Amino acid sequence: MKMRSLLPGAILVLLVLLAALLSYVWTPYDVTTLDIRNKFALPGAEHWLGSDHLGRDILSMLMVGARTSIAVALVAVGIGMGVGVPLGLLAAARAHSWLDELIMRGNDLVFAFPALLIAIMITAVFGPGAINAIIAIGIFNIPVFARLTRGGAMSLWNREFVLAARVAGKGSLRISLEHLLPNITNLLVVQGTIQFSLGILAEAGLSYVGLGAQPPIPSWGRMLAESQTLISLAPHLALFPGLAIVMTVLGLNLLGDGLRDWLDPRLRRER
Amino acid sequence: MLHFLFRRIASLLATLLVASLIVFLVIEVVPGDPASYMLGMNAQPDTVAALRNELGLDQTGPARYIDWITGMVQGDFGQSYTYRTPVADMVADRLWISLPLALYALFLSTVLAFPAGIWAASHRGGVVDTAVMGFTQLGIAVPNFWFALLLVMYFAVNLGWFSAGGFAGWDTGLLAGLKSLTLPAISLALPQAAILTRVMRSSLLDVLGEDFMRTARAKGLSARQALLRHALRNAMIPVLTIMGLQFSFLIAGGIIIENVFFLPGLGRLIFQSIAQRDLIVVESVVMLLVFAVVLVTFLVDLAYAWVDPRLRQPRR
Repeated sequence: MKMRSLLPGAILVLLVLLAALLSYVWTPYDVTTLDIRNKFALPGAEHWLGSDHLGRDILSMLMVGARTSIAVALVAVGIGMGVGVPLGLLAAARAHSWLDELIMRGNDLVFAFPALLIAIMITAVFGPGAINAIIAIGIFNIPVFARLTRGGAMSLWNREFVLAARVAGKGSLRISLEHLLPNITNLLVVQGTIQFSLGILAEAGLSYVGLGAQPPIPSWGRMLAESQTLISLAPHLALFPGLAIVMTVLGLNLLGDGLRDWLDPRLRRER
Repeated sequence: MLHFLFRRIASLLATLLVASLIVFLVIEVVPGDPASYMLGMNAQPDTVAALRNELGLDQTGPARYIDWITGMVQGDFGQSYTYRTPVADMVADRLWISLPLALYALFLSTVLAFPAGIWAASHRGGVVDTAVMGFTQLGIAVPNFWFALLLVMYFAVNLGWFSAGGFAGWDTGLLAGLKSLTLPAISLALPQAAILTRVMRSSLLDVLGEDFMRTARAKGLSARQALLRHALRNAMIPVLTIMGLQFSFLIAGGIIIENVFFLPGLGRLIFQSIAQRDLIVVESVVMLLVFAVVLVTFLVDLAYAWVDPRLRQPRR
């Protein structure tokens, strides 16, 4: 039971990662050259997944698009962890103080702005782009990690090994970094995987409505947006980018579940 | 209960106050001069000056904020620069699509998730449980706008049961209106239903292992009676939390889904306004959506207190 999701998840995620990395050195076709004579090619020997309305190779675009998705989601998770984890540790170290209250209320505030609304505000003022998508998703990730870290760290502050460290004269900063952080790494890794998958979905949504990566950078969301007007003409255009998203998100979710079971057997739930 | 209510209302107001400050700062202060931003680079200086005057930009920031917020409270959301109509009227028209859509989706996801979650939990490990869990894993991974495209492909293009987009209008009848919202609501509801099913299932499983469930069975209740009378009510807290959170996802998701189906709701309004750089509309609609999210969180908190009286006590 325990390894049932880890392996398939890891394989799916690895496939997507490899496709993205491979696209730096090789793609079946160049994604910037147009080949109008071969537009709307069906999946076959020449174009494995077909070609779009400008004759571009779908598989090549998916491979390059994977870079965009992964980069945006990964940096957004980085922002969320980089800001959220220190805030959470600080809140736990000063539990129930005004600082703790301030940090947690600030978190509630960010929860009031769904990532899409943050993106809309940023875009309305600064214009659309991949960087703004990263910021929007990243801001939304901060309270997730802050809460998780605070909760995890709070439960550890009364444990014997932390008391021992205090008796040994360590300050709360050193205790947080040397004793608490290593003990909540598992939690963070698992949540990181989940936020990564949510980030992929959010990036796809944002670029679908035109708030994400701009042309000519290929992105899965925009491929879907472009396919929409052609849906009765060439349904395969709408099929593959969506499958790529599902594959990546499914893989990450399975990986997250599997990692949780593997890293912390105590958390293992009877499923 | 009164003390609890008071605390929650105070925190609701504080959140709204700070949120409105953030929206105001991002949209009106960060761009520098909103008037020249809205008009673009080729605007005549006197046109910019006229708009500056119209927007009241010659006033100080704090004065403008107070004007804006007192106006919002009284239902005056300002005037759209592009359409020359009050934003409140535009919002009211669009709300009649966005709100029913969100509620329709919430209804569908609840109707799907509750029976599925309860069934899966009470037949744990069985074929149905495994199938339900597999489907929910897939449902979570499917982006709702892609699911929407697939629905359009099959039910609108192939079968012709629904139109591929647009809104019939409520004046053509309730059924016609609901029909044009059906595909959008299904595509919004599916991923939410998947999440809700999982939460319902795992929350019920936790409760089913409790001592009081054994007691309920021991005093002679059937498994079904014990489940419905005792387990469900106790399993509702996490489920309510997720339903509250989902409302904000339904609002955000609705913005995208409205674009897939060309529904003239708040989402379309926001994107049109961004394209036309109509900051007044963007500002007010964003604030309205934030208000909706915060209000729902507040109502969910009240619902907790109703379901679980222990939560009415101050926490520490």
